[in-house]
Amino acid sequence: MSGQMNLTLKVWRQTNINDKGQFVTYQAKDIADDMSFLEMLDIVNDDLTRKGEDPIYFDHDCREGICGMCSLVINGRPHGPEYGTTTCQLHMRSFHDGQTIVIEPWRAAAFPVLKDLAVDRTSFERIQQAGGYVNVNTGGVPDANAIAIPKRIADEAFESATCIGCGACVAACKNASAMLFVSAKISQFALLPQGQTERYERAQSMVDQMDAEGFGNCTNTGACEAECPVGIKMTNIARMNREYFTAKLFREEDVHN
Amino acid sequence: MSKSKPVLTSSLGKKLVMSLTGLFLCTFLIVHLIGNLQLFSDDLGYSFNNYAYFMTHFTPIKVVSYLLYASIIIHAVYALILTIKNKAARPIEYNKTDGKANSTWNSRNMGILGTVLLVFIATHMQNFWFQYKFGTTPYVEYRTDIATGDRQTDQFDNVPETYTGYRSFVDNGVETVQSKDLYTQVAVTFKNPLIVLFYVIAMGALSFHLIHGFQSAFQTLGFNHRRYIGVIRAIGVWGFGVIIPVLFALMPLYFYFLK
Repeated sequence: MSGQMNLTLKVWRQTNINDKGQFVTYQAKDIADDMSFLEMLDIVNDDLTRKGEDPIYFDHDCREGICGMCSLVINGRPHGPEYGTTTCQLHMRSFHDGQTIVIEPWRAAAFPVLKDLAVDRTSFERIQQAGGYVNVNTGGVPDANAIAIPKRIADEAFESATCIGCGACVAACKNASAMLFVSAKISQFALLPQGQTERYERAQSMVDQMDAEGFGNCTNTGACEAECPVGIKMTNIARMNREYFTAKLFREEDVHN
Repeated sequence: MSKSKPVLTSSLGKKLVMSLTGLFLCTFLIVHLIGNLQLFSDDLGYSFNNYAYFMTHFTPIKVVSYLLYASIIIHAVYALILTIKNKAARPIEYNKTDGKANSTWNSRNMGILGTVLLVFIATHMQNFWFQYKFGTTPYVEYRTDIATGDRQTDQFDNVPETYTGYRSFVDNGVETVQSKDLYTQVAVTFKNPLIVLFYVIAMGALSFHLIHGFQSAFQTLGFNHRRYIGVIRAIGVWGFGVIIPVLFALMPLYFYFLK
C-alpha cells in the first residue's frame, strides 16, 4: 500500500561556514511513503533546481547505511525517528501526511556547518590519526588466523568496529560529546592482539585529541547509544575509561637509566 | 603518539573527579542516615544528642567531615566547569529537541537537581550545623536512674564556668548528662511547614540525582559488565533512589505531624 503525502519542511539554510544561517520553509508535494528520506530531499531539490534556486546541500554517499556520510537531525532526532537507522535507511512511511519536519545539521563546535545541512567532520579523522591505527611489519603476508583470538573477544571487537563514524552520537548528546565514537575506535584495537603495541598510548592520544577538538564531556545519559545507527554500546565508554585510567596510573612506562 | 597531558586536566580526568567525590558523598549519606535514625528513638533525644556530641568532637570524624565539605565543593565546582565546557561544545542549540526519545529526564538535568541539592545543603547546614556550633541551640540535662532506667529531662540553664558543651557523670546511682539539645532544635525547626516542604522536595531531587548518579559514577570508573551491572543499578535505584531519600524525608514529616 503506497500512499502519497504532502509535507512542510523547515530546513536550515546557510550559504557558507561564516554565514549566520536561518530556517527556510519548503513544501514537499506528492511524496511516496516508500521513498527514503534522502530521496524525498532529492525531489525537493529537483524542484528547487527547476525554479533556479540553490538546492539544499546535504551529505550522502552510499545510501545503504554503511558509509556514515548522511546526517541530519530530523525533528530533534539524529537520523530521524527510527532506532538503528541512518537517514538513507529512513523511509517516509515514518511520517504522516501534513506533518511539519524540522531538518537541522549536526550541532557541535567541533562539527562546523560548511553549507546548509553538511558539517565538517574532519575532527573525527584527526582523532583517528592521533591513535586509531596499528603498526605492522612489512614483509610476507602472515597466515590467516595465525594469532589465536577467543571468539567472544573477536565478536566484541567486531561490534566496536562497526562504528561508521557518522557523528550521530555527538549530535544526540546534550553535551556534544564524542566519547561513544572515540571509545569504539579505542575498543576495536584494545581488544585485539594486533592492537597491543600502541594500546595505552592510543587511549591517551585519542582522548587528548578529542578534548583538543572541543567535544563535550559525557554525562552518561545514554542518548548516543540510543541514537547510534549501528548499535555501538556504552560499555565501550566504560572500556575507554578503563584503558585511559590504566594508562595514566600504571602504564606510563619510562626508561629508568 | 607523543607524551600526553596530566590526568585531571582531561575530560576523563574531570569525570573521574566527579565520580569519586560523588561516591564519597554517597557513602556519607549512609552514615548520616544511620546516625539520624536515632531521631525516631523515643528517649527524649538522649541518644541523638549524645551522637551529635560524638560526631562533632571525635577527631577522626572531624577529619572526615572536612573531606566531606571539600568533596561537596569540588563536586559542585567540577560540575560547573564541565557544564561550561559542554555548553561551549554546542554553541548553536537545536531548534527542535526530543530528549525523552533517547534518555531519561534526570540524566539530562543533573545540574538542576544538583543545584537544588546545593541550596538544600546550605539551608541544612544553617538550620542545624550552624545553630549547633554558633547559634541558639538550647541545653538539656538528662538524669537517668541506672537501676531502673527511668529518665527525666530538665532545662539546663545555669551553665557553669567549667562546662565545655558536654558533661557526663554518675552520682548516687543516677547518671547525669548535660549537653546541647540538638534534638529540640530539630523538633522546633520541623514545625515550620515551609522548611518541611523544602526538605521533602530536596529529598525528591536527591532521589532522581542518585538514580542516575550512582550507576553513572561506576560507568565513569569503567565498571560496566553484565555480571554485576544489575547489582549496581539496583543499589542505585532502590538503595539511593528510594530507601535513603524516603527515610530522610520521613524525619521532617515525623516531627511536623507526630511530635
